[in-house]
Amino acid sequence: MNKVYDTVVLGGGPAGLAAAVEAKKAGAQDVLILERDRELGGILNQCIHNGFGLHTFNEQLTGPEYAERFIDMVKDLNIPYELDTMVLDLEDKGEVKRIHTINEEDGYNIIDTKSVILTMGCRERTSGAIGIPGYRPAGIFTAGTAQRYINMEGYMAGKKVVILGSGDIGLIMARRMTLEGAEVEAVCEIMPYSNGLTRNIVQCLDDYDIPLKLSHTITFIHGKDRIEGVTIQKVDEKLQPIAGTEEYIPCDTLLLSVGLIPENEISRKAGVEIDKRTNGPVVSELRETSIPGVFAAGNVVQVHDLVDFVSEEAGLAGKGAAKFIQNNLSDNISFTTETDNNLSYVIPQEIALDNVEDAVTFYMRVRNVAENKVINAYFGDKKIATKRGRKFVPAEMINFKIPKSKLEGYEGKLRFVLEDK
Amino acid sequence: MTTTKELICISCPMGCHLKVTVDGEDIQVEGNTCKNGITYGIEEVTNPKRIIPTTVIVENGKLPRLPVKTSEAVPKELIFDIMNEVNKVKVKAPVKMGDIIVENILGTGANIIATRSMESL
Amino acid sequence: MFDIAIIGAGVAGSYIARECSRYQFKVALIDGESDVGNQISMANSAIVHAGFDAPSNKLKGKFNAAGCIMYGKVCEDLDVPFNRCGSLVVAHDEFEMLKLHELYKNGLQNGVPGMQILFQKEVHEMEENLADDICGALYAPDAGVVSPFELVVKLAENAVDNGVELFLDTVITDIENKEDYFLLKSNNQEFKAKIVINAAGIYADDVYEMVGDPYFELLARKGQYFIFDKEVGDLVNTVIFPCPSEKGKGILVAPTVHGNLLIGPDANPTEKGDISTTQNELNNIKITAAKNVPVIKENFGKIIRNYAGTRNTPIKAEFTTTDGDFIIEESPVKKFVNVAGYESPGLTSIPAVSFYVLNEIILPICRRENIEIKENPNFNPKNKKHIYFNDLSSEEKQELIKENPKYGKVICRCETITEGEIIDTIHRSAGAKSVKGVKKRCRAGMGRCQGGFCSPRVVEILSRELDIPMDEVSYDKKKKSYILNGKTKVVDSNE
Repeated sequence: MNKVYDTVVLGGGPAGLAAAVEAKKAGAQDVLILERDRELGGILNQCIHNGFGLHTFNEQLTGPEYAERFIDMVKDLNIPYELDTMVLDLEDKGEVKRIHTINEEDGYNIIDTKSVILTMGCRERTSGAIGIPGYRPAGIFTAGTAQRYINMEGYMAGKKVVILGSGDIGLIMARRMTLEGAEVEAVCEIMPYSNGLTRNIVQCLDDYDIPLKLSHTITFIHGKDRIEGVTIQKVDEKLQPIAGTEEYIPCDTLLLSVGLIPENEISRKAGVEIDKRTNGPVVSELRETSIPGVFAAGNVVQVHDLVDFVSEEAGLAGKGAAKFIQNNLSDNISFTTETDNNLSYVIPQEIALDNVEDAVTFYMRVRNVAENKVINAYFGDKKIATKRGRKFVPAEMINFKIPKSKLEGYEGKLRFVLEDK
Repeated sequence: MTTTKELICISCPMGCHLKVTVDGEDIQVEGNTCKNGITYGIEEVTNPKRIIPTTVIVENGKLPRLPVKTSEAVPKELIFDIMNEVNKVKVKAPVKMGDIIVENILGTGANIIATRSMESL
Repeated sequence: MFDIAIIGAGVAGSYIARECSRYQFKVALIDGESDVGNQISMANSAIVHAGFDAPSNKLKGKFNAAGCIMYGKVCEDLDVPFNRCGSLVVAHDEFEMLKLHELYKNGLQNGVPGMQILFQKEVHEMEENLADDICGALYAPDAGVVSPFELVVKLAENAVDNGVELFLDTVITDIENKEDYFLLKSNNQEFKAKIVINAAGIYADDVYEMVGDPYFELLARKGQYFIFDKEVGDLVNTVIFPCPSEKGKGILVAPTVHGNLLIGPDANPTEKGDISTTQNELNNIKITAAKNVPVIKENFGKIIRNYAGTRNTPIKAEFTTTDGDFIIEESPVKKFVNVAGYESPGLTSIPAVSFYVLNEIILPICRRENIEIKENPNFNPKNKKHIYFNDLSSEEKQELIKENPKYGKVICRCETITEGEIIDTIHRSAGAKSVKGVKKRCRAGMGRCQGGFCSPRVVEILSRELDIPMDEVSYDKKKKSYILNGKTKVVDSNE
């Protein structure tokens, strides 16, 4: 009990694995991963489709393959991990952080550590959260729950399916259920554009002639015991259902892919400052949160759309934690960041240039589809960098890399603005 | 006769909008960012192919299903035939990631390979 | 032959069954649903009303305040979460202030203890999130919030532990009055019973029609609700009522006993069995609730669930629809007792009503009809303690996991519910048989992710503990609300 770890990583999904590997490589000796599920890999274990790893490994991997590569690294580096272990609480005791865990073998356990990396990931928004009127029968699944049943447990969720929301998991599940013999009647998306990657619309919907109904939402769930159908309706610009456009689609299953929410209950209880825009912790360039020695990375910070960027961000947090325990982490904040109203957030929110090697990558999203636009970065009136792209869409996280040299010599706020080309 | 097709490249998450012009044997691809886009564009109008990720039954494993995929892209029109074949397969744990589960599936030259290791119980 | 058959295992039927088990009667508790307390008893406001608004000349007035007082002991015995948080009826103007005084006077007549009329400053000191224009309130410290589904479950459990036989998935289809006994026919078996208690909720009029000439009718009036995340559970500390109108108590804002926030209900006539929520009404509830607690407007993003329940409002020649009363009596058909029209404040009144039904109706019938009355020497009013893992100290947690490692495995992350608790709810008397049954009993899946993460695990645990295949585990109703639709990979084997 008197042992003090260098770094404890909360969560053994893609972010946690990459963070632990990087922390160890960067000089943290005693690293421990705590995972609540029965194996490492997190959500990747159920994401059996390909398309992971292009940035990290330069090849197209499936989720489990991507996970296994990182799990192998963890094993090669002899990083210990505890499975089926739930973190109940994280306490900031100043010098040490105290983690309260339980599992079947060791019971209630207290783990002290110099640094912590929060990598708990995110959860899916539910039908309750979006408040679809109607009945509350069986047969309504979040896309991720259905994915787990089908891909890992080998059970079908249903045979006649409607999907609400065109997030990537929804699109992937449309194909997956089709391949397993279900009929996918439609994918409804309330926005006038899809929230998933374009490639997924092509290879998951178009390939199988599954209609994508943009500007449509579900306005009533039918069926008292098991879902029997849904009423869908077209929506206007204000996303309000238009009377007279009701269409009834019979189905036995409704999948929801309506957004992800970072899981920050532990962070909140511990007193970590949360950014209302991301629902994740306010973080620095090396992903340190408002509590010194507590770092965060991956979907707990911001919902990513590519696991490669999760790994990249987790690498930063791992490095940060290692620097922190070696008393090598500067807390000299050079500037903070902000955005105009056309961008929904920016990560990181604080930068200590002392900790930056050659560049900082800023992550952000646009609120609406933006064509023929650029994103400019300003200190006051001074434009220091420009991000170009053919088209910015809310579904795709923008990474805007700015060399350290361009960021030096300023203070105050670095402001990101969406402007005409 | 020249035909033009607008496609979205699925080689990577960028999703480049391709314009593929077919003039007999001559196929031109525009709008790509990298050379994968050219390959995809040409294949998509001549012989569209996809990688199929799915699962097979695994016995005596930690989980009842093992994720697998085709080792390379296979002709799109064979997707359901391949699914039918794969659905009949049963393997026994332990399995290692990359193990060949079905060799040369339906003569496509692609193997069905395990995409994770599965310990036995 | 049963001495007593109780039709309906909602809060009324279950409570009366448990009271009957104080005696050595052979009691059948029968319900058409796959679980006890599955209709209005689980979809209501979860409020224990102090009793100042029930008319003092009616049964509602007679039983409400008494029931409220009895709640503390009952919940302690049965181990049901209950919080006497108090209630405020708020007034926005002088007219409403006058109304508060009327309520106060009526409350005194009903025997409601400790009421106070509060003025502007005191009200806002008590509840900082109330609308600025609220100028006063009637405070009733005895009002509270309860977990209604746990109450019914624990009542049924206690009843069964004390000898009552529970029959679920059993819909009564016909009743024959054989003079010496009633013959109850159902979809799966017949029951003979000397006395019948009709506590069939919204269907009590239909059930009565099976034996007697209709003398009342039940009107379904739907009420819709929202539940908010625990993050905003402390926006109010007491139950906030608007000033009541002829339509009822109005849309309230209340903390739940588990720390969430609840708003609702409205009241609109509908068909029996309609528990769907509807867009316009849901919107309306949001707007109306925000009139008393404006800060709610900023927190609509924290809603985790909406639901609806139907009150069963009695229509009788002498009642108008809004002025009705409970129908609690031996009906014109001898030995057939109606407990009908059992709407608000039914949940609150039930301890007093059950006492009355047993002592003033059932026992006198027994004496009259020579049905033997013998006390049950083994009657135990208490349930086996329910372990709420999350509420234990770290030492207690350690101890418990050592004793039973299943308590070391968290299944529901949002509510921190362990496998040990889930297994316990499955194996108790009147235990959980479905995912919803587990949810009602120990809150697994009740949190912000609404079972997204834990429902596959809960299905697995139910499958293992009940020894049924995974794809036979239902969400609620046996078979009909199936969750899984067979296995993937159709292979000619038994895999």
